[in-house]
Amino acid sequence: MQIDRQGYAITKKRRRNLRAVRKPNRSLGGDIFIWFILVLFGAFFAFPLVFAINNAFKPLNEIFIFPPNLFVINPTMGNVQDLFIIMSRSWVTFTRYLFNTVFITVAGTVGHLFVASLGAYAVSKYEFPGSKFFFGLIITTLMFNQFVMQIPNFLILAQLNWIDTYWAVVIPAFGMPMGFFLLKQFMDTVPISLVESAKIDGASEWLIYSRIVMPLVKPALLTAMIFAVQGLWNNPQSLLIHTEQLKTLPLAITQIIGSPHAPNVARAGVNAAGILVMMVVPISLFVGAQSNILKTMASSGIKE
Amino acid sequence: MTAYERYKAKKRAMRAHTWAEMKKHKVLYLFLLPFFLIFATFTLAPVVMSLGLSFTYFNVLETPRFIGFQNYFNLFLSDDIFLIALRNTLILAVITGPVGYICAFLFAWFINELPRFVRAFVTLVFYAPTIAGAAFLVWALIFTGDAMGYLNANLIRLGVISKPVLWLTDTEYMMPVIIIVVLWMSLGAGFLAFIAGLSTIDEALYEAGLVDGVKNRWQELWFITLPNMQGMLMFGAVMAIMASFAVGEVTQNLAGFPSTDYAVHTVVNHLVDYGAIRFEMGYASAIATILFIAMIYTKVLVGKFISKIGR
Repeated sequence: MQIDRQGYAITKKRRRNLRAVRKPNRSLGGDIFIWFILVLFGAFFAFPLVFAINNAFKPLNEIFIFPPNLFVINPTMGNVQDLFIIMSRSWVTFTRYLFNTVFITVAGTVGHLFVASLGAYAVSKYEFPGSKFFFGLIITTLMFNQFVMQIPNFLILAQLNWIDTYWAVVIPAFGMPMGFFLLKQFMDTVPISLVESAKIDGASEWLIYSRIVMPLVKPALLTAMIFAVQGLWNNPQSLLIHTEQLKTLPLAITQIIGSPHAPNVARAGVNAAGILVMMVVPISLFVGAQSNILKTMASSGIKE
Repeated sequence: MTAYERYKAKKRAMRAHTWAEMKKHKVLYLFLLPFFLIFATFTLAPVVMSLGLSFTYFNVLETPRFIGFQNYFNLFLSDDIFLIALRNTLILAVITGPVGYICAFLFAWFINELPRFVRAFVTLVFYAPTIAGAAFLVWALIFTGDAMGYLNANLIRLGVISKPVLWLTDTEYMMPVIIIVVLWMSLGAGFLAFIAGLSTIDEALYEAGLVDGVKNRWQELWFITLPNMQGMLMFGAVMAIMASFAVGEVTQNLAGFPSTDYAVHTVVNHLVDYGAIRFEMGYASAIATILFIAMIYTKVLVGKFISKIGR
């Protein structure tokens, strides 16, 4: 039985009453305004995605109908099937693309989580010469995304002879500042007393890291994983890998979709299916991990 | 002992102390080492290299040749297209940065006021465009310039326009269209941080505020919510700066490369032009360096502003 602050038992009936009480300082007009704004902008945010999903299931005659419809009338799986037929007829097999994708994503993410959590543990739980400065660097580099750094990055990878290998994508993913940042911030919420008492009991740093801290930061690990997967999925590194057998599924699909400026009209349906496949993966990952991601983001604040 | 000697001794003692500290924590340096090496190679080194190469002429085949500030002089004094790109990037950053940032916060705040069971769904609706990747290509269908385009067809049907508008090739409409698309897809990780931050503020603070005379939710926002979220606000700002200065992929895919009259040509597009097409790496590095400086400067400015909130 739960007891409230005054010492009274919280019965089922009382809990219902407590919940029914409106939050203080809330006007009905304000609530209506909030719903209005959210519905209005929600429609704006959802519209292109709804359009994309519907397009993927439209038969060709509905895609080219005039005036165009938002919603599909006779849904068909034809476009998705066509996409897979095109992919299966390519001289590089579908399973090869899939293997490349899974390998790059798994290797990149696992390495990233291990390396970043190890470093984050050191910076979060101890203060040593250079630790503050290093974390400051991490925060600043959160702003520099790969579009700004692609040229020196290409030169470095070329020096390492990694261009056109898996490593050109996998190894840089290990060092992404975002995952390090989130893990460090979340580790800050693990009480230092846990670490200290383990130390008194004679545990080594490695034992404290692997047995005490890591199990407690699972939400952050999951979040860093989702962000890493999304990063690898959404950024087909076409500059870095150009051998067809080494390309990933997103890159292969992007090649089929083509550019909107040289539209492949005959494949309009396939394009729509390709866009659908491209967006389903990151969105469903987010849905699956949403509560853990929000738990992690709650500790993301930067103190200046 | 003279003052100088005292100073020297003090410094020596400090250095000895630092060295002792470093020795004491040598395991931790070992922990940090793997991440640091990769981070330094693929994130720090590119920034330093950009800075270094920006003072050279470098075409990848020959060794870089030092030419001082020549690249910067050329950029600002004789490259008209760079100035157009700079103007476009600043317009995009000044509009999509703050507007996107404020929208992200307001949406998060509104969503936090909703009943618990719809929050997860509404969060998904607003955040999905950020992670949907190639889905922004759908905007190309919506804004297609002929009468078959979704927007054109419906505006003609409603009688708003009589002939199709070239949304993505007419210089008059390109910038607003790009701004809309960028705003649509860049609520970003900051939005999630805001949602998470809002839900973790202690309820007792609001009760105390009520006693102290907070009258409505706007006062609650200014006096209680915002000051307790400064960390999240800073994180959101960093994310917004990243998204708003690095616009390039969207313009390239929707408006073409180069776009009509360079109307939405951004600094990132210019960088790709010189780096990946003309192989003038020194010049491209100068462009990247200018972007880095602009981003860091903006971050410092925003940080000063955020620390004043609620005072």
